[in-house]
Amino acid sequence: MTSAVSFTGVSRHFGTVRAVDGVDIEIAEGEFFAMLGPSGSGKTTCLRLIAGFEQPTAGSIRLFGQEVRDLPPYRRQVNTVFQDYALFPHLNVLDNVAYGLMIAGRSKAERHREAEAALEMVALPGYGARKPSELSGGQRQRVALARALVNKPRVLLLDEPLGALDLKLREAMQEELKTLQRRLGITFVFVTHDQGEALSMADRVAVFNEGRIVQVGAPEEIYYRPQVRFVADFVGSSNILPPALTGQAGYATVRPEAVRIGAGTLPATVTAVSFLGAATRVTLDADGTRLTALLSKADARPEVGAAVMLGWDAADLHVMRAEG
Amino acid sequence: MSELATSGGVTGRVSDLFWRRPRVLLFLLLAPPVLWLGIVYLGSLFALLAQSFFSIDEFSGQINYELTLKTYAELFRQSNLDIIIRTVVMAALVTVASIIIAFPIAYYAARYARGRWKALFYLGVMLPLWSSYLVKVYSWKLILAKEGILSWLFQTLHLQWLLDGFLALPVVGGNSLSFSPTGTFLVFVYVWLPFMILPIQAALERVPVSMIEASGDLGAAPRQTLRHVLLPLALPGIIAGSIFTFSLTLGDYIIPQIVGTSARFIGLAVYQYQGTAGNIPLAAAFAVVPIVIMGLYLWWAKRQGAFDAL
Repeated sequence: MTSAVSFTGVSRHFGTVRAVDGVDIEIAEGEFFAMLGPSGSGKTTCLRLIAGFEQPTAGSIRLFGQEVRDLPPYRRQVNTVFQDYALFPHLNVLDNVAYGLMIAGRSKAERHREAEAALEMVALPGYGARKPSELSGGQRQRVALARALVNKPRVLLLDEPLGALDLKLREAMQEELKTLQRRLGITFVFVTHDQGEALSMADRVAVFNEGRIVQVGAPEEIYYRPQVRFVADFVGSSNILPPALTGQAGYATVRPEAVRIGAGTLPATVTAVSFLGAATRVTLDADGTRLTALLSKADARPEVGAAVMLGWDAADLHVMRAEG
Repeated sequence: MSELATSGGVTGRVSDLFWRRPRVLLFLLLAPPVLWLGIVYLGSLFALLAQSFFSIDEFSGQINYELTLKTYAELFRQSNLDIIIRTVVMAALVTVASIIIAFPIAYYAARYARGRWKALFYLGVMLPLWSSYLVKVYSWKLILAKEGILSWLFQTLHLQWLLDGFLALPVVGGNSLSFSPTGTFLVFVYVWLPFMILPIQAALERVPVSMIEASGDLGAAPRQTLRHVLLPLALPGIIAGSIFTFSLTLGDYIIPQIVGTSARFIGLAVYQYQGTAGNIPLAAAFAVVPIVIMGLYLWWAKRQGAFDAL
């Protein structure tokens, strides 16, 4: 099967800055694909390369098997939800959503009917007459989504679409986006710097660092089996142990909930204890390495300053390859 | 011991007063300009306009201080109507030409020029404003003259016939470019162009790049983006610029005297009636014409939604 999006050795350099540097990606049709990484890691540039706003310095980009190097954005069956939504301030919501259909030359009645249906899909029925400036951030986000989806794109690109929303709205939108994607079966390519968002929504995640992809995989894989230290660090929940502490060849990770306090061979000092509700987080220091352990209600809670021994099951220790 | 900072003398107490009563500060800041605009400027304007409702006694040349519309009726005499139509057509053409020339420059400056290039743009646009307007107009008279550089250029390119043919045309032509309405038009466009470029550039500056990208993303080719996104969003700037070029052309009385035929424009009519002719009521009535035209223009622009995106 041809991939929806396929990058082969794609680079995008701005002068001496290698924004994207030799990236290979295969995104399957109907997949929810997340590009995760810190700012400046090249993930947004990759998205813009798919949309056609940027041209690759080297390499080949194919959409459904077709090389798109010389194809301007307006000839690609790809639509984007912009980070700032980019709604047209001079048009009302309905005309914003109908913009793509208007450009495609559809009749007024037809495009208004379809735009109204798209607004209904994003739970904003009857908002058509308003101006974008009269909407809240969450509503604008939905309008931007409707405006992209009404064109029935084969790939939908989302550039940090939830970044400007508050936490509660963001969580609700994550669910909605996921449901929407399943229902429509459109390939979603989603750029985010929020690992929680990437892991909870995507079928597969590509982790970016300095213009390169350092790991691609299912969320569980990224979370439990980071291949390099950067991924473990960025995804953030694991303890990272230097070779000296574990006796392994490379850096290793162990999840906080797998760390046992009291039974083991690694001496450490308790530096902080915080009650999180469902669990208690214990911060420890083992010979200069900071570790966290998550204790359930049943576990004994150590005192701050106490010297303890740490251990874990051998199966919970995940050794990473040396950094390339 | 007090935890509060001590007050800083008189200036400190004044600052404290402004902080407690921000309206006092606002009043002090606004009063001088409001007085200036309200009394000195608008007051004298209204005093002039009031004159337009008086009339002049044709025999004695004395002003008759009875309210009447007689002076306005005089505006509709054929010779006066010609002046008004000539001026309005010229102002409209100058405005349209300015928009066409200014838009690409403003777009380039807003979208692409950064750092030094932007500084160069501002310098390039503003530099002509640094020298006297009279100097520029006289320079143009030389450029457009029969022995001027433009004429020389046409000759060198063996296109003299083209220039002669154009000058032979009725209405736009004349003895030479510097004695033709075309010459007047060219100089007007040149002199007012900065007033069109800057507001359009300011309007385009506020259009985020993502909006242009979004339009392309939704399938619009560049010319469609220009028509459906850029022009509507630049419209407030275009309207602002056209208010400048239109009203400046309507009111100018120097350029038509130096470059062009001796045909009169509104500004020149106002100047002559209130000066040499001493017919202040008719001068005032002429002065009302641009105000009415601008009022109608703004009303139309508002109805077209020019200010919706403000």
